[in-house]
Amino acid sequence: MSQLLLDVNGLTMRFGGLVAVNGVNLKVKNRQIVSVIGPNGAGKTTVFNCLSGFYIPTEGSVMLKDEQIAGLKDYQISRKGLVRTFQHVRLFQKMTVIENMLVAQHRHMNTNLLSGLLKTPNYRRLEKDAMNHAAHWLEEVGLLEFANREAGNLSYGQQRRLEIARCMVTQPELLMLDEPAAGLNPNETKELDELIIKLRDEHEISILLIEHDMSLVMGISDHIYVIAQGTPLADGNAEQIKGNADVIKAYLGEE
Amino acid sequence: MSEFSLYLLQQLINGLTIGSTYALIAIGYTMVYGIIGMINFAHGEIYMIGSYVTFIVIAGLMGMGIASLPIILIIALVVAIFISSTYGWTVERVAYRPLRGTNRLIPLISAIGMSIFLQNFVVLSQGSRDVALPPQITGGWNFGDPSLFEVSLSYMQVLIFAVTFISMTLLTLFISRSRMGRACRACSEDLGMTNLLGIDTNKIIALTFIVGAALAAIAGLLLGLYYGVVNPFVGFIAGLKAFTAAVLGGIGSIPGAMLGGLILGVTEAMTAAFFPSEYKDVVSFGLLVTILLFRPSGLLGKPEVEKV
Repeated sequence: MSQLLLDVNGLTMRFGGLVAVNGVNLKVKNRQIVSVIGPNGAGKTTVFNCLSGFYIPTEGSVMLKDEQIAGLKDYQISRKGLVRTFQHVRLFQKMTVIENMLVAQHRHMNTNLLSGLLKTPNYRRLEKDAMNHAAHWLEEVGLLEFANREAGNLSYGQQRRLEIARCMVTQPELLMLDEPAAGLNPNETKELDELIIKLRDEHEISILLIEHDMSLVMGISDHIYVIAQGTPLADGNAEQIKGNADVIKAYLGEE
Repeated sequence: MSEFSLYLLQQLINGLTIGSTYALIAIGYTMVYGIIGMINFAHGEIYMIGSYVTFIVIAGLMGMGIASLPIILIIALVVAIFISSTYGWTVERVAYRPLRGTNRLIPLISAIGMSIFLQNFVVLSQGSRDVALPPQITGGWNFGDPSLFEVSLSYMQVLIFAVTFISMTLLTLFISRSRMGRACRACSEDLGMTNLLGIDTNKIIALTFIVGAALAAIAGLLLGLYYGVVNPFVGFIAGLKAFTAAVLGGIGSIPGAMLGGLILGVTEAMTAAFFPSEYKDVVSFGLLVTILLFRPSGLLGKPEVEKV
């Protein structure tokens, strides 16, 4: 029933003598929310960087729908349907909300320079489709009324949601969120929680999440991987992780 | 009006004329810097090539017996833009793109090398002497009091204002309205993120070089006709001035480059009005240093925050 979307095997990343990630395995199925947790410096973001093409992994394979993507360039990977956000917000701050959404659809609007200058009917139609698509997603994340505001002027929580919306207009199959709840207040975290579940249930995509907010992780994850010092420590559902002695030790230290 | 104020008005007109061409060239510096954080020192040479192409095309068309000046000028403009843009694109492709992702200093040195190469290439192919073209657009309006001081506004100056204004308007529309312009702005804010959204940023960077070169070619045509002479070394000083204008206005900012160019041109003209004209460079570069001391990011630039 649910197919394997992302299959990571033996992922290893070395920086000179430093082993940042050592033999990490991850599996994400269709329509699943999978979380990666671990203490600070465990190598979670390095895993993300390897998956999204920021780093070329030293060893290991990354299969996206039976296709090897380890070693591809970041834009090639994002074109294959794996997109990510960052720990810090990376919006185009000086552009309006709607422009942020339109830039993300740039490559879907296959027009040339001349048709843009002449505003041909085809160009108008594509631009209109992109607008509608952008408006749809802004509505989904509750930002439609801010469409013409500069992205940098939104509140932090709104910027976070805009980032997710901007990823979504690129029509990904797997969305990787790097600490999306960092810096959000409890209310905003709850909204985020609902948004992520909606993305899985209504829009049928998978989400790979790095997060420190345990209540968020435990509440929404279908599967959880724990990494400590670059090495896989445990994996399982929320209940299994909560009861795992190794995980407790890694977070709280020895008794 | 008094003799003095008429004299000032004349200098203002002259200053704005030169300033608007500085602004046209400065945009090429500022757009490239805005996106890849690099100073394209070969940009002045692109302007010089634009001037040469204009001269060659005009001489050629006149030799073929075409007498209509507007037709000659339009053909010269199109050819100059096309050839300069080709050079601009090629320079980026062969000298900068392979070095992307390296230390900032390396493309800079490559740019200086490219500048020397292009200069010498033109010296070898066209000779190092001044090439002159008889004035094509003559006449103008004179106003003011002939007994005091007569202000002249030549048709050539009006052409420079008009063409600059149209180019700037088109550029602004392109950047703010078009899909490609939007992608350019995205690149200048966060190149890595734009790349991640699946946009081929190499294409956008190449486009930036082409647009900058086209504007430099327009400036080359205008200044070439205005001065009536060109030599392979005009690109160096014009490039330096335009670079100054870009820094003055805040490098990376397009309105800044426009403003910087006009301020620089007017400053030079006003200096030449009261002091020996050799001092104009002293004053304009002095102005640059002063502004940078008080506003290091230029007039309209935003302070650069080092990304971690």
